Amino acid sequence: MAKCGSAKDAVVIGTDGLDALIKLLAKDGYDVIGPRVESGAVVLEPVDGVDDLPAGWADEQDGGHYRLTKIDSPAIFEHVVGPHTWKRYLSPPAQTILRARKRGKGFSVEEVVDAPKYALLGVRACDLKAISLQDRVFDNGDFVDKGYFARRNKAFVIAVNCTRAAGTCFCVSMNSGPEASCGFDLGLTEILTKTKHVFLLAAGSERGRKAIAELKKKKQVKAAAAADRAAAAKAVDAAAKSMKRKMRKDAARLLAANREHPRWEEVATRCLSCANCTMVCPTCFCSTVEDVTDLKGKTAERVRRWDSCFTHDFSYIHGGTVRRLRSSRYRHWITHKLSTWHDQFQTQGCVGCGRCITWCPVGIDITEEVRELGKRRT
Amino acid sequence: MARRKPKLAVWKFSSCDGCQLSLLGCEDELLAVVGEVEIAYFLEATRARVKGPYDVSLVEGSVTTPEEVERIQQVRRQSGLLVTIGACATAGGIQALKNVKDVNQFIDAVYAHPEYIETLETSTPIQDHVPVDFELRGCPISKEQLLEVLNATLNGRAPNVPKYSQCIECKRTGTVCVMVSQGQPCLGPVTQAGCGNVCPACERGCFGCFGPKETPNMASLSRRMAELGMERREIKHFYRLFTANADAFREESKGHE
Ligand code: SF4
Ligand code: SF4
Ligand code: SF4
Ligand code: SF4
Repeated sequence: MAKCGSAKDAVVIGTDGLDALIKLLAKDGYDVIGPRVESGAVVLEPVDGVDDLPAGWADEQDGGHYRLTKIDSPAIFEHVVGPHTWKRYLSPPAQTILRARKRGKGFSVEEVVDAPKYALLGVRACDLKAISLQDRVFDNGDFVDKGYFARRNKAFVIAVNCTRAAGTCFCVSMNSGPEASCGFDLGLTEILTKTKHVFLLAAGSERGRKAIAELKKKKQVKAAAAADRAAAAKAVDAAAKSMKRKMRKDAARLLAANREHPRWEEVATRCLSCANCTMVCPTCFCSTVEDVTDLKGKTAERVRRWDSCFTHDFSYIHGGTVRRLRSSRYRHWITHKLSTWHDQFQTQGCVGCGRCITWCPVGIDITEEVRELGKRRT
Repeated sequence: MARRKPKLAVWKFSSCDGCQLSLLGCEDELLAVVGEVEIAYFLEATRARVKGPYDVSLVEGSVTTPEEVERIQQVRRQSGLLVTIGACATAGGIQALKNVKDVNQFIDAVYAHPEYIETLETSTPIQDHVPVDFELRGCPISKEQLLEVLNATLNGRAPNVPKYSQCIECKRTGTVCVMVSQGQPCLGPVTQAGCGNVCPACERGCFGCFGPKETPNMASLSRRMAELGMERREIKHFYRLFTANADAFREESKGHE
C-alpha cells in the first residue's frame, strides 16, 4: 500500500502534464476514473484526458441542496465532493460473487471476482480516509473481502488537496482533511495565480515515483520552487479556515449516553427513510445478497448489492423487523457511524465529507443532530 | 427430472392491457417462459382456453363494475397463486380518480346514453375483494420484475422484489438526484423502487407509478415540496397520479384539499 508523500520532493506539472499523466495510466492498462460534469453535478466516471475534467465549475452545497455554477476561472479542482464516491468502483453497487451450476443431484459452485484495474483521479482527503476505513471493515482479521482487495490493491490513487471547502464539508473537525497526507500514489495541489496555472505533484509510493519519472521523460515536469510549495500550502490552509460546519468532539459519548432522547422523535418527523445518506456515504459498507436463478433452475447466481439500515427489511429477523420506526433507524445509523463504530473497528466511522447532508432530500444535518443531543433538555 | 409445467392464466379487469402486454414484451425471454409454463388462459396472446384450476393467475386491472365484483371471486376460486399486476390491480389505477368525485357527473358529461352505463362509484384494487398472494406494482409493471416472479415461482424461491425507496435505485445506478441538484419535485423518497429508475435517469422527478414504499413519510415530503415552491393545490395533485388511491397517497392528497 502507498506510503506517505512528502512535499519536499514535489515537482510541478501543467495542465498538459496532467493530460499526459491520464494518458500514461490509460496506456498502462488502467481505467482512469475522475471527476466530470454530468446531469448538473460532478460525478466520478471514466475520463480520457484533461478536457473531460470540470474546469471552471464550482459546487454550491448546503443541506438538501447542490448546484453547479460556472465560474470565471480555469481551475479544474474548484469543485469538491459530489454525489458519487469511490466505493462505486472499489465495492460496486451490484456485483456477482458466486455462480452455481446443477450437476447430477448436486451442484458446483464457483466464486467470482471481478477486478478491473482502476486509476482513481481526484481523491479528496476525506475520501482517502474513507477508503482506509473501508480497508479496515473489509478485512477484520478473520474474514477478508477478496473482491474488494483485488480491486483495491490494483488501484492507482491520485489524491487532490482541497483548495476550497463546500458548505457541507466538516473534515477539519474529523481530522481527515482538507490535506491528503497519506495513502496515495500521487498527490496533487492546484496552484492558480494571475500568472500561472500549475499543479504541485508529490509521489506517495514507488508506483507514483515511476509515474513522475515517465512524465519527466516526456518533458512535462519542472522543479517546484519554494514559492509554489508556499502557494499550495496557503490555498489548502484557506480551505481549512473557511470550513463552516464542524462535529462536536464528544459525539461518541453523547450518542452512547442518549439512546432515549426527544430528538429521535423529532428527527423522525423529517427523515424520509429514503436511504440516500447511506448510499452516498463513502464509509457505509452494508450490502445484501440476492440469489437469482435461470428459468429452468439449472444455474444460479448470487448478487451482492448495496443495502441500507434505513430500509424496513434491513433489520428483518425471524418473526419480524426490529427497527420498524424511522426514529430507531436514524438513531441506529448515526450511533453506529459516530459511536459504536469505535468499539467495532477501533476507529472513526465518519470522515466529515458532508455528502449525507447535501444529498438528504430534506437536508438532515449529522452535525446539527449531534449538537441538538448535546443541548440541555428543557 | 422434468418438472410438471404449471398452468398460467392472465385475467383482465378494468385496465388498459399495458401490464399484460409486458409479458408479450418479454420478447427474448418469452420463448423460455412458454417452454416452462403452460399458457392456459391469456386472451391477448391466444384464443385457446384450457379449463381451470390454474397454478398461477396474473390479475390485471381494478374492480369498477358489479360484474367484476363477481368475477374476481371466480378467479380466486380457480387459482393457486394469485399475483396482481400493475397500479390498477394493486391500487385502483388512474381510474380511481373517480373515487374522490361524483361518478354520475362524469357519466353524464361523457356518455350520450348514460342509461347504458353500469359502474360502481369507486375503482378498487383486487386485494379489497379477495386475498392476494403477491403484488407487482407499476404503471406499467417492470418486465424484469414479472420475469423474476415467474422465475422465483418456478424454482420455489422468494422473488427479489424490494419495498424500499426509488432513491436507492437512483443511487445504485449513479443517477444524480433531481430534487437536490435541480430543485425538481420528486415522489421517489416515498415511492417503491422497481421501475428501473426510468424518470430520474431522464432528469425528471419520479411520478410514483410503483405506489408507496414501506413506511413512507408523506408529511415530510409535502413540507419539502412546499419549501421548493409548490402550492397546496399542486401538492394535492402531485399525489393524484397513477396510484392516487393507494392509502398513503390518498390520505396525504386529501390533507391538501
Ligand atoms: S470534507 Fe474536506 S477533504 Fe473532503 S471535500 Fe470537503 S474540504 Fe475536501
Ligand atoms: S456520515 Fe456523512 S459526513 Fe460522515 S462520512 Fe458519511 S456521508 Fe460523509
Ligand atoms: S436522513 Fe435524510 S437521506 Fe437519510 S434516510 Fe433520512 S431523509 Fe433520507
Ligand atoms: S431523484 Fe428522486 S428518487 Fe432519485 S434520489 Fe432524488 S429524490 Fe430520490
